[in-house]
Amino acid sequence: MSDDHVYLSLAEAGPGPDGEARWAYGTGFADPLLGVDAAPPVGIDPADLAAYCLMLGDDALVLSQRLIQWITRAPELEEEVALANLGLDLLGQARRLLTRAGQLDGSGRGEDELAYWREESAYRNVRLVELENGDFAQCVVRLLLFATAREELYRRLVGHADPVLSAVAALGVKELAYHREYAAAWTVRLGDGTEESHRRMRAALDALWPWLEELFTPHEVELRLGVDPSPLRAPVLAALEGVLAEATLPVPEVVGRAYVNGRGGRHGVHTEAMGPLLAELQVVARAHPGATW
Amino acid sequence: MEAQFEAVIAADARVEPRDWMPEAYRATLVRQIAQHAHSEIIGMQPEGNWLTRAPSLRRKAILLAKAQDEAGHGLYLYAAAETLGVDRAELTEKLIDGRQKYSSIFNYPTLTFADVGVIGWLVDGAAICNQVPLCRCSYGPYARAMVRICKEESFHQRQGYELLMTLMAGTDAQRAMVQDAVDRWWWPSLMMFGPPDGASPNSERSMAWRIKRHSNDELRRRFVDMTVPQAEHLGVTLPDPDLAWNEERGGWDFGEPDWSELQQVIKGDGPCNAQRIERRRAAHEDGAWVREAASAYAAKQPAREGSAG
Repeated sequence: MSDDHVYLSLAEAGPGPDGEARWAYGTGFADPLLGVDAAPPVGIDPADLAAYCLMLGDDALVLSQRLIQWITRAPELEEEVALANLGLDLLGQARRLLTRAGQLDGSGRGEDELAYWREESAYRNVRLVELENGDFAQCVVRLLLFATAREELYRRLVGHADPVLSAVAALGVKELAYHREYAAAWTVRLGDGTEESHRRMRAALDALWPWLEELFTPHEVELRLGVDPSPLRAPVLAALEGVLAEATLPVPEVVGRAYVNGRGGRHGVHTEAMGPLLAELQVVARAHPGATW
Repeated sequence: MEAQFEAVIAADARVEPRDWMPEAYRATLVRQIAQHAHSEIIGMQPEGNWLTRAPSLRRKAILLAKAQDEAGHGLYLYAAAETLGVDRAELTEKLIDGRQKYSSIFNYPTLTFADVGVIGWLVDGAAICNQVPLCRCSYGPYARAMVRICKEESFHQRQGYELLMTLMAGTDAQRAMVQDAVDRWWWPSLMMFGPPDGASPNSERSMAWRIKRHSNDELRRRFVDMTVPQAEHLGVTLPDPDLAWNEERGGWDFGEPDWSELQQVIKGDGPCNAQRIERRRAAHEDGAWVREAASAYAAKQPAREGSAG
């Protein structure tokens, strides 16, 4: 910033090594899959792969929306920054996965058509990510459960035949490892902090643990694609138990939440929290059909 | 010591935290830096109002990154204030109980998604005009924090302008939304430069100490000169019938803002003053148990801290 004249200073911050590229990296792109070969991998049913990308993309999008609701409400400024950061990572994953789903299902829908114009029953996220935010203990516990399971899953998808899924997983492993570490550090601080924080963490664990099982319950699409999530259960539980032990928190003894006639989030059957979440997410886009933003 | 301080100021060099400084200089800086930090944090609210409803995922990501930048700016600025011997918790208390202020612009409501773009263009634009000279402020930690902040702010301004360009190339409803937002934000943006020079109580001394380098009116004119051609390029009308090119001065003449409305907002009776402070208070109070737990946990770890350090 060599001069304090506004015009010159603005011009100086233009594109280039010291300009645009350095700031808010990774948010401005308009095509999340620019330059990626759109052809489906040989030997895999593109409709199944599209459905699977939607499942993982919707998990990321919906949890991102919940994290975004924390902004301006976090307990400390450092947490504002961290939660925004986690939300951005998940939003980036969602954009790539939704775009990929639209390429593969033959509908030609882009990320925004999928995010803003699908009904609730077409959303395929697990119910854990859509539940109301609750207090910071619930924020931390949900992140811990989701990030531990998702990191474990991404680790296994790194070598997947689909280049987009493989690339999302490769970046996602690093992102989710940070999310898990952030959540684990807070789990330990809050579990082993004050009586109040310990009590809140136990309540949060009791409230959210029953929704964990859905992340390990295979959908027929996952079975056909050979990405059965049930083998994730043992390593994820072991990792969670390790964190809880350090946090002086007992592993909740609760049973999982039932499905509805055998159907849960992966089949489009959600909780009552989902409707208002989507109404808020979609309201502006739906008021202006066909508009570009 | 005082002579040395005066010499540093006269040489246009930087005063650093351990240097002697007059108490009034310290107090002025604490007031100004705290107000600036509070503005970053409160300023997350009006735009945060649209985070969950942003109508495309790309816009959502851009807005979220911006909110994150603002929280970061708040952090650097509180850290700069802490070099003057105050602490963040104390400054937050003062914000919440109304003893310290933040920029009045954030007491206006954001009513449509176009407001997000107009805030980027006009409000961040005005903030840049105010802040770029602060990169050469006499107090080192503040000046250095401002270098990074100004770069990020100018990025936000261009993102806001890019959003408006997109909307103006869109549907009639989108164009109307932009014009409506410009109509609502133009005058409050001009008021961001503070009262006219004749009525600005702290300006003269701040200029002598090189905390401030240009007068309120001078910065306001600079902002108008910068913005009028941008408005033309965008295709919006600025809501000022007195706006006219002054050939002789080589700049734009403009009308007088409604200073009585600004006074009302500054005194706490703006549309959103109570709401903004209430949100900040709720976040702070709801987070108290978390901060207490973090302190309690840290206090249990003396052995580990010792061996790590």
